[in-house]
Amino acid sequence: MSVASLQSFFAMGGYAAYVWPAYGVFFIVLLIDWLAPQFRRRRVLRELRARMARQDARKDRASRNSTAAT
Amino acid sequence: MANWIPLWLHKLSSPPVFYGFAGKLRPWAIALALILGVAALYGGLVLAPPDYQQGDDYRIIFIHVPCAWMSLFIYGVMGIAAFIALVWRIKLAEVVAMASAPIGASFTFITLVTGSLWGERMWGTWWTWDARLTSELVLLFLYLGVIGLYHSFEDRRQGARTAAFLALIGIVNVPIVHFSVNWWNTLHQGSTIRLLGPSSIAPSMIWPLLTMMAATKCYYVASLFGRTRTDLLALESGKDWVRHIAENEVAR
Repeated sequence: MSVASLQSFFAMGGYAAYVWPAYGVFFIVLLIDWLAPQFRRRRVLRELRARMARQDARKDRASRNSTAAT
Repeated sequence: MANWIPLWLHKLSSPPVFYGFAGKLRPWAIALALILGVAALYGGLVLAPPDYQQGDDYRIIFIHVPCAWMSLFIYGVMGIAAFIALVWRIKLAEVVAMASAPIGASFTFITLVTGSLWGERMWGTWWTWDARLTSELVLLFLYLGVIGLYHSFEDRRQGARTAAFLALIGIVNVPIVHFSVNWWNTLHQGSTIRLLGPSSIAPSMIWPLLTMMAATKCYYVASLFGRTRTDLLALESGKDWVRHIAENEVAR
């Protein structure tokens, strides 16, 4: 592909300022839609692991206290 | 459960089964969406000739129209899932309905913005209170209303059921959007693609359009499955199967 034909491709017959922003919006919005739930998924699992660790620690402490009392 | 519903479908509605099923299908759906999307972009931006009236500006059609179709299609899916959620109280249906709303809102937003960019040059205005444009804007507000209502409840399942009710009422807007160009005198043009009868568009332009439609459908499946998986994890976070996933994921 020559430089000139590439230039005319990007120029979009003078409508570059309308065609490319339209495609840009399409890709940016879908990219956000794609990434947002993946970040949320990581956060959900991280919070769950923190909750599980707290529960384990509490159980640990409870069993240690009960053995210390007897 | 009524016995006319096949057993596998009943099993699939169980959150851990659906989580695994969606996880297996999702990479295929996104791969297919990317392949079809690239093919459609090449066909639409490079191979298709400029329009005899609109020059290259018409190339916005290859995203505008598929996104507009998706905005209605996803609302339909959300409406059906909302109906199932309200009638049979199936958790997965609630999740699917609520996960569809942000994807549908994204496609509706893209439709409105690309349409606006297109209209500025071809109609000489960014926006007009025309029947098609106004009903599509109402569609965006319905999606945002469903999302907002869902998040305004402390209890997620109660929020989902309340928002499902709104989604179900809002479904009357779907035929209004679709038929608005026939029912009213609008600036927006009528359909160029017809299921019945000849389409008024050249084959070199129609195939990228239909390929992009298939790509956006596949994208919707992939995005919906991703969101559904996340929502199921959040909703069932006290259950053993989710705890296993949380533990395994840290091990990797």
